[in-house]
Amino acid sequence: MADHVAEAPVPTIESFTVTLIIRRFDPEVDEEPRWVDYDVEMYATDRILDALHKIKWEVDGSLTFRRSCAHGICGSDAMRINGRNRLACKTLIKDLDISQPIYVEAIKGLPLEKDLVVDMEPFFESYRQIQPFLQASSKPEKERIQSVAERERFDDTTKCILCAACTSSCPVFWTDGQYFGPAAIVNAHRFIFDSRDEAANVRLDILNDKEGVWRCRTTFNCTEACPRGIQVTQAIAEVKQAMIRGKV
Amino acid sequence: MPEKSAEALADEFARRRTPDIDPPGRPAGTLYRGHEGMWSWVLHRVTGVAIFFFLLVHVLDTALVRVSPEAYNAVIGTYQTPIMGLGEVALVAAIVFHALNGLRIILVDFWAGGTRHHKLMFWTVIVLWALLMLGFTPRHLMNVFSH
Repeated sequence: MADHVAEAPVPTIESFTVTLIIRRFDPEVDEEPRWVDYDVEMYATDRILDALHKIKWEVDGSLTFRRSCAHGICGSDAMRINGRNRLACKTLIKDLDISQPIYVEAIKGLPLEKDLVVDMEPFFESYRQIQPFLQASSKPEKERIQSVAERERFDDTTKCILCAACTSSCPVFWTDGQYFGPAAIVNAHRFIFDSRDEAANVRLDILNDKEGVWRCRTTFNCTEACPRGIQVTQAIAEVKQAMIRGKV
Repeated sequence: MPEKSAEALADEFARRRTPDIDPPGRPAGTLYRGHEGMWSWVLHRVTGVAIFFFLLVHVLDTALVRVSPEAYNAVIGTYQTPIMGLGEVALVAAIVFHALNGLRIILVDFWAGGTRHHKLMFWTVIVLWALLMLGFTPRHLMNVFSH
């Protein structure tokens, strides 16, 4: 009987039982976060976000996490997967070692609210402080002209999606919540080196603070965590150098 | 769900029945798995704090010379033991790493290619450190244990 079934040439895509161990926390019940195991059937091309959906929709509806676009551009679902900050929607099962359980937990250094959701307010507060908007005194007739080379200068840092993967991978940020953090500096870099902007010195002054760029210890965790591939430590180093030279 | 053979189902049940990963010993949170950059920073911090405490003691024992040369000699004399000799190996190891990695950090911050080559520079630091320690340690230990 079993042989008969096995011989039938049905081309099925191989699926795997993957164990996820999720660090859960319900502020109304738990005093401390606890690790909970889930076994889910997954395909190699599935993402961690699909596993979380499967658990939430089929096993335990109380599992709480953020996601919006599910395609790596909204920046909602940064979380720590096997000890590294990743977007759940960009982490494929095939890229993980599924012979071992996969540990999933909230990003570190921001107040934990529930399960995989943290309070992002301190993160956005730092972002607001570096004045992330174009500041120019003149009003051009049509558009503000910029050469290809001038645009290229800050191209890398325009890619930020504010997911907080970098900032919450930074050991300095974990222990010193006052530090601006990589994401705020990346977004300052985006305007400091924009030829159309006139407030570079204001931002350099803000980041020359005790809790500014000089807190960076170049651990490169931010660069390795960035789901957009931004060379974060490089951007921070460029801001440091601009400060020392006193010009952009 | 795709259809499964009886064998596959039996397999799956067997797998599900195997005991889950043991809950005790589970960390409060996993350790962040950084790469060379993070671990060089950890080593830099650990060696830095160790050197600080050495300097604290070193300033105090050197200051004893102002109390009296005899007091200074008495205290420095207590350092002439094999245990302190091994301690000196650790001290030199810490200082050599801290010094070399300090140069690496300066390059990462202020040399244009620094962030691109930081991993290579870390392993260069480690190799240089090992070479210097290989030169220093045997000679130093011969001194320590032959007196």
